[in-house]
Amino acid sequence: MMKRSKRERLLQQQLENQPPRRRFLRLGLAAVGATILSACDRLSANSKFVGALESAQNLSRAAQKLVTGRVAMAQEFTPADIRASFRSNGTIMPNSEQYDAMLKNNFADWKLEVAGLVEKPMQFSLAELRQLPSRTQITRHDCVEGWSAIGKWKGVPLHHILALVKPLPEAQYVLFRCADPMDEEDDDAGQQAKKEVKDSTYYESIDMDDAYHPQTILAYDLNDTALPVRNGAPLRVRVERQLGYKHAKYLMKIELVKDFEHIRGGKGGYWEDEGYDWYAGI
Amino acid sequence: MQTQADSAGPVMFYRHRSPVRIMHWINVLSFFLMLMSGLTIFNAHPNLYWGKDSNSVPLLSINAEEGANGELHGYTTIGGHKFDTNGVLGASHEAGDAALSDRAFPSWATIPGRQWLAMARNWHLAFAWIFVLNGIAYIAYAIFSGHLRRDMIPTGQELRNIGASIIDHLQFKHPVGEAVKRYNVLQNLAYLLVIFGLLPLIVVAGFAMSPRLDALFNGGWVDLLGGRQSARTLHFLAAFGLLGFVFVHVFEVIVTGLWNNMRSMITGQYRLPPETHVNVEKRS
Repeated sequence: MMKRSKRERLLQQQLENQPPRRRFLRLGLAAVGATILSACDRLSANSKFVGALESAQNLSRAAQKLVTGRVAMAQEFTPADIRASFRSNGTIMPNSEQYDAMLKNNFADWKLEVAGLVEKPMQFSLAELRQLPSRTQITRHDCVEGWSAIGKWKGVPLHHILALVKPLPEAQYVLFRCADPMDEEDDDAGQQAKKEVKDSTYYESIDMDDAYHPQTILAYDLNDTALPVRNGAPLRVRVERQLGYKHAKYLMKIELVKDFEHIRGGKGGYWEDEGYDWYAGI
Repeated sequence: MQTQADSAGPVMFYRHRSPVRIMHWINVLSFFLMLMSGLTIFNAHPNLYWGKDSNSVPLLSINAEEGANGELHGYTTIGGHKFDTNGVLGASHEAGDAALSDRAFPSWATIPGRQWLAMARNWHLAFAWIFVLNGIAYIAYAIFSGHLRRDMIPTGQELRNIGASIIDHLQFKHPVGEAVKRYNVLQNLAYLLVIFGLLPLIVVAGFAMSPRLDALFNGGWVDLLGGRQSARTLHFLAAFGLLGFVFVHVFEVIVTGLWNNMRSMITGQYRLPPETHVNVEKRS
């Protein structure tokens, strides 16, 4: 009994003390929270700090390559996993007269140009690409925003093209240049590097590990029909072990390069120039 | 035992060793940075699904709708039930803005404050390294120092008395005297659930969202979690499970003596409540 009443008294005291304490705590927490938040926002504008955060990408990339191995295959699914239509994101209809003309002609005049650090620059029509050995894969497309869609892709493995054009030893990256202009304002673009990308078309790049990976294909079919415009007609890249923005649509030209320092914003891709990671394996 | 109580002045004891204290605060910092940058990432696609892809009706979505007057209004839909969450979830005011913004979680809960996915990913994926390495270091320390066996795993007797412990908690009765030196059984179970349940789950579900790590074992392991979108949902639920733990934890810290608890997690020193001798005999 004694114990209980003592406890109760203590509890009573605590309760009586609570309002000012609670008020103090709430104010304190709000102040601490606001300070931390504004500090985080200031740090997000500090290029040194952001550089330090971004260096974790290199760590992630190295660790993921080490853990999975260079040729680990992305999961492939069954036809039962495919839903009716494949979601489209980003450009759904390139805003360019050149593209309109090609589309009107059903891409009969379209040619994929392969150039840069190669022994033998080449051009391929859509019909020629369809003659080359193909690979069909049912894979999951993961957008950096968070959604996923499963589709069946058919296309030429990039390594077949590379075998024909013969990259020079100094070639380190494969750069994809696309038909879709990207000069519209974007809601999530951030404040970085807006200047250089004015009037540019979409572009992307991957390293040679991904370029020679068996699942890296230049896809011309989606779910057994010719690639629709909204998904990148006539040809798009599939780099199955990376996020969606690496899978460049409306492909026009492939360029083998040593680095991408002097190309557009210098980060190796349209979204990379806007602050997204070049390595999109996570 | 009695001699302690007889001596004048408060009885102090060394409650938390320095590795635990340091790792605790690293964890606090990295957890909140990850949670808040994670909310910005969620905001980029504010729906959760079950399955491999996102071509299904979301289990949860937090969206804004435009009313007849053109004004945004925020709603949260869970399992088909729509709740008006305007002002906080779905649509809220960004600092200094008169108009509502279309955003799932409000800017006061996200890093960075405005909807900036690329920057949120920078924060999230950098602090993920710190969070995970700190967690691994903690688990290794807990196992090899004996902290786990000595302080965290409840004894059979403690487990049998769990009913009494639950009642004590519900009545806000807290252990006194020597009993304070040991975590109580509910505390043990909560810590074990967090350390060996929620934390590994959130990390594995996070890995499952990485297309490159999904290629581990040539793909397929993600289906063990129900597929990538299920993994995303589990990641989100585990994050809120951890946040729930933090709320209960901070609540208990406050009601059992904020300053005493804070000191013990900063300097290690904990003052035993003065009525120590009252029920010293209950334990041992």
